[in-house]
Amino acid sequence: MNRKIKICTSIMIIGLLSSAAYSFMINREIIGGRETLILATTTSLYDTGLLEELELKFEEKYDVDLRIISVGTGIALSFAERGDVDVLIIHDRVREDKFVEEGYGINRRCIAYNYFLIVGHADDPANIKDLSPEDAFTKIMEEKSSFVSRGDNSGTHARERLIWKSSGYDYETIRKSGTWYVEAGSGMGATLTMASEKAAYTLVDIGTFLAYKYKLDLVSLVDEGDILLNVYAVIAVNPERHPHANIGMTNNFINFLMSNETQQMIGEYGVEKYKRPLFYPAANGKCEVIGCPTFEECAKPV
Amino acid sequence: MKAIELIITLNPEVMEIAGRSIAISSFSTIIASLICIPVGGLIHFHEFCGKKTLIIIIQTFYSIPTVCVGLLVFLLLSRSGPLGMLGLLFTPAGMIVAQIILISPIMLGLSISAFRGVGRAVQDTAVSLGAARFQSLCTIIKEARYALVSAVILGFGRAVSEVGCAMIVGGNIRGFTRVLTTAIALETSIGNFELSIALGIILLCISFTVSLFLNKIQQV
Repeated sequence: MNRKIKICTSIMIIGLLSSAAYSFMINREIIGGRETLILATTTSLYDTGLLEELELKFEEKYDVDLRIISVGTGIALSFAERGDVDVLIIHDRVREDKFVEEGYGINRRCIAYNYFLIVGHADDPANIKDLSPEDAFTKIMEEKSSFVSRGDNSGTHARERLIWKSSGYDYETIRKSGTWYVEAGSGMGATLTMASEKAAYTLVDIGTFLAYKYKLDLVSLVDEGDILLNVYAVIAVNPERHPHANIGMTNNFINFLMSNETQQMIGEYGVEKYKRPLFYPAANGKCEVIGCPTFEECAKPV
Repeated sequence: MKAIELIITLNPEVMEIAGRSIAISSFSTIIASLICIPVGGLIHFHEFCGKKTLIIIIQTFYSIPTVCVGLLVFLLLSRSGPLGMLGLLFTPAGMIVAQIILISPIMLGLSISAFRGVGRAVQDTAVSLGAARFQSLCTIIKEARYALVSAVILGFGRAVSEVGCAMIVGGNIRGFTRVLTTAIALETSIGNFELSIALGIILLCISFTVSLFLNKIQQV
């Protein structure tokens, strides 16, 4: 028995050591491995499953290993500023502009858009159905109707703060104004589940809302309003700031996203399953719709 | 049940994730054991100033949140950090480093306890029978074997079940750094509760197998 265990353990250790050596050599490109590209993106885009489809096409076309990290927008920006990723896809115009202005990012391109929704229980206690987003938020605040916020510095949270601001409220006042306003400090999934359980209102992007797999007791109540426009943009990490960033393959990725084929794929994603598109293509001249200032910003390949 | 279905059909993605979990946690546990058991022995068998304080500090670190360890290692391994040039962030190797740091306090502390459990008489008897220093050390390790292997099982358990380090240092990259715990977190966040629980059951099965195997070593 003793001997058998010794043999088993030795085989296990040899196996582990060889796999370690193998991965080490692949990592250091001592033996053939594919080129890698590291993308940080927001959970609201990743959780719809769109990126996994695009990943397959891109990896095949360029023979590259695309590694996707899905975190909140705030964290993705932080990774990019530190130079831990090569490219970003996020959806917060204000922070994107700041990121590019400060020299961390280049080659920003809009690639897709959809809309945020204000969702809540079908009973709609605050009667916000079909109001404008700002009016809806005002009513929720006045009635002190239960509202669950992401509270995590994500793109969705940033948009929620913007709507409060646009409705004339100071966000800090909202946070302190009572137990009706709940800061979940969580991802969209946990926030939706919380809102469903509490029969509360929340802000969610249409992609995540439709793709969420567990049954929610929530319906879309407000889905129109300029402030609900949700634009996803891709930004490359500036190689002048971080020389090891893989700008060559990043530019390939950006052009891939903007290509007619990919834009069509984005527009068709989810139509069969959800009976409506989850995303609308944004590159190549859709600028008027989504408000990119110049043609270059929107459509010019890198 | 979904878990059984996933195992029986040998769903390739689940197998890959499970294999990675086992590999990363095994590596961390083995390396941590190789470091902590000898160091634990050294600490136990030598008297020095501040020994009690050191043990208390080690025990304090039993409670360090996994997210904190993950964050610390992230800051170390980030491109903007001191060890950035190693390129270990968002790789399985980085996750192994993080898990080693995570489970070292437990393995150290429990090794010290294990050696303490071996009566002084054993060491004295070995020496009086003419054992050389190394031989008496081996004898003591054999006597402490049960508690030491318990420490290893616990170390593996903590490594394989933690989410914080794996998520932050690994990035949960599909096909590269995704392990069972981070997959569970992801599937839960998109509402796929059934799959999450199934993955959790698979993790427990792995833990059971490891425990069974190590138990054989304990008893012999």
